[in-house]
Amino acid sequence: MAEIEVQDLVVRYGSTVAVDGVSLEAHAGAVLALLGPNGAGKTSTVETVEGYRSVSAGSVSVLGLDPVRDHRALSARIGVMLQRGGIYPTMPAGEAVRLFARFYADPEDPAALLAQVGLAGVAGTPWRRLSGGEQQRLSLALALVGRPEVVFLDEPTAGVDPEGRLAIRAVIAGLRDRGVCVVLTTHELDEAERLADRIVIVDRGRVVAEGSPAELMTGLGGDHIRFGAPPGIDVVALAAAVGAPAREERPGEYLLDVAPTPRAVAAVTAWLAERDLPLADLRAGRERLEDVFLRLTATDPGAAADPMVPGDSRVPGASRVAGDSRVAGDSRRVGRRRA
Amino acid sequence: MSAAGQTAGRTPAPAGGLRPLRAQTAAEVRMTLRRGESVLLTLAIPVGLLVFFSLVDVLPKPAGVRHAVDFLAPGILALAVMSTAMVGLGIATGFERQYGVLKRLRTTPLGRPALLGAKILAILAVEVVQVAILVGVALGLGWSPGGSPGLAVPAAVLATVGFAGLGLLMAGALRAEVTLAAANGLYLVLLLLGGMVFPLTSLPSGIRGVARALPSGALSDALHGALSAGGSVPGRAWVVLAVWAVLAPAAAAATFRWE
Repeated sequence: MAEIEVQDLVVRYGSTVAVDGVSLEAHAGAVLALLGPNGAGKTSTVETVEGYRSVSAGSVSVLGLDPVRDHRALSARIGVMLQRGGIYPTMPAGEAVRLFARFYADPEDPAALLAQVGLAGVAGTPWRRLSGGEQQRLSLALALVGRPEVVFLDEPTAGVDPEGRLAIRAVIAGLRDRGVCVVLTTHELDEAERLADRIVIVDRGRVVAEGSPAELMTGLGGDHIRFGAPPGIDVVALAAAVGAPAREERPGEYLLDVAPTPRAVAAVTAWLAERDLPLADLRAGRERLEDVFLRLTATDPGAAADPMVPGDSRVPGASRVAGDSRVAGDSRRVGRRRA
Repeated sequence: MSAAGQTAGRTPAPAGGLRPLRAQTAAEVRMTLRRGESVLLTLAIPVGLLVFFSLVDVLPKPAGVRHAVDFLAPGILALAVMSTAMVGLGIATGFERQYGVLKRLRTTPLGRPALLGAKILAILAVEVVQVAILVGVALGLGWSPGGSPGLAVPAAVLATVGFAGLGLLMAGALRAEVTLAAANGLYLVLLLLGGMVFPLTSLPSGIRGVARALPSGALSDALHGALSAGGSVPGRAWVVLAVWAVLAPAAAAATFRWE
């Protein structure tokens, strides 16, 4: 049996439908990432599973229990890391862990846990004086202090420096190895790709794709070649030349439904060369998770050109930022450019 | 790594007995005493008012009271109860709500009854400290309490419940900054209309009627009655305190938003 089972979940706030028929499962010893743009319904889904909200329709079970009705029984068996805050600002880190430890029958050793998340040196520092990354790691420690069977992490590495990220990722990997069921919400594709065993992509309250990172990157959309060139080239002529369906997905972004064999790629570049057209970008085969994500969650062709940028969750409307800033340093993508 | 290893077959359980309640109560008391502004509010201001107006005899006293401290001590004890139960609790809870602390605690095995219980116990603990210090200072200033101090305790407890209800009513419905301002504003109004530093009898009769219906006026009436020669608390004060002790927490419970 899955640790978490969500069936046709609907969550409404008044007349707004935040979650519109989501089904998913999460298992022990695995990390499930819930991925989606702001307002996609990730938080509403997770908060319903955590017992904060009631279902409007559908069903949710955690460890075989009802999160709202059996909240008391579940509270010792789940660990929750909120996106931000949740800790007394004046309380020193060590005191916070010791206080939370007293709520459980068999907690972790507070000192060992603090050391594990790399906070032993700031045990006496009040929460408000910790850096953003330290606050996140303290929040993670508090979620784990009761040795939970199911752990919910909301944007666990948002605002965390690279060293802190490594520490948090190591802790999450350790949780999985020990058989804990981990549910991660994020809109950092990189994070999901690195950490998750399964990814559920949510958009506008619905699940739009689901699978392992590898499945999502190869299975969806099939074999194809994508390239960037000036908008408005003759796709009918291109299709005829390559011998495969071609279309302009959005202005200047082209897609050919054909296996990315050297012959097909050569046919594309030759066709462009004959017309003296510049090639901006060429990708063949496996899609980056980001491309899958953008294609699936695009509201309109224009918006699809804007990748998600991490760390903007608090600024409504700022999550879609134009351009390639996010991927500029990504060697895998750069390596695939053959322009 | 030792952490997060729930051992196979063992289901994590809440701590048994009163351990979570004790831990949370101790944390609440520590945080209250650690906050400079709450020490100012709960100790420095009451002690300062008591000392200043006992030594500088400028305020009106009721007929028959010889030393200012004999009138001031019960009134300042009432003020101390109000500052801890209403202002201190309201402001702290408002910010805990805003910072997501209340939301975070909901998914721990602490539970709301224990959280509420811890807050009540912490208020009572701080009040014991306040009373000890204020009584000591008042005795040093020559206060000679009379009457029946035993009646002061139930009056203070009833008033604590009513004031705590008012504090939580603000904390659960308003933004933390608004709660901060509202609690301090209400503190001033209730102080001036509370018969705490000068007698209600020096107020115009219309205002006096309103003041007697407020929990601050009723508590200072009760404490003045209980701690002066004769030692009787007017029935009206008991009724007013009891009504506030029921209505204010009920209103808070009905309107409180945890997030």
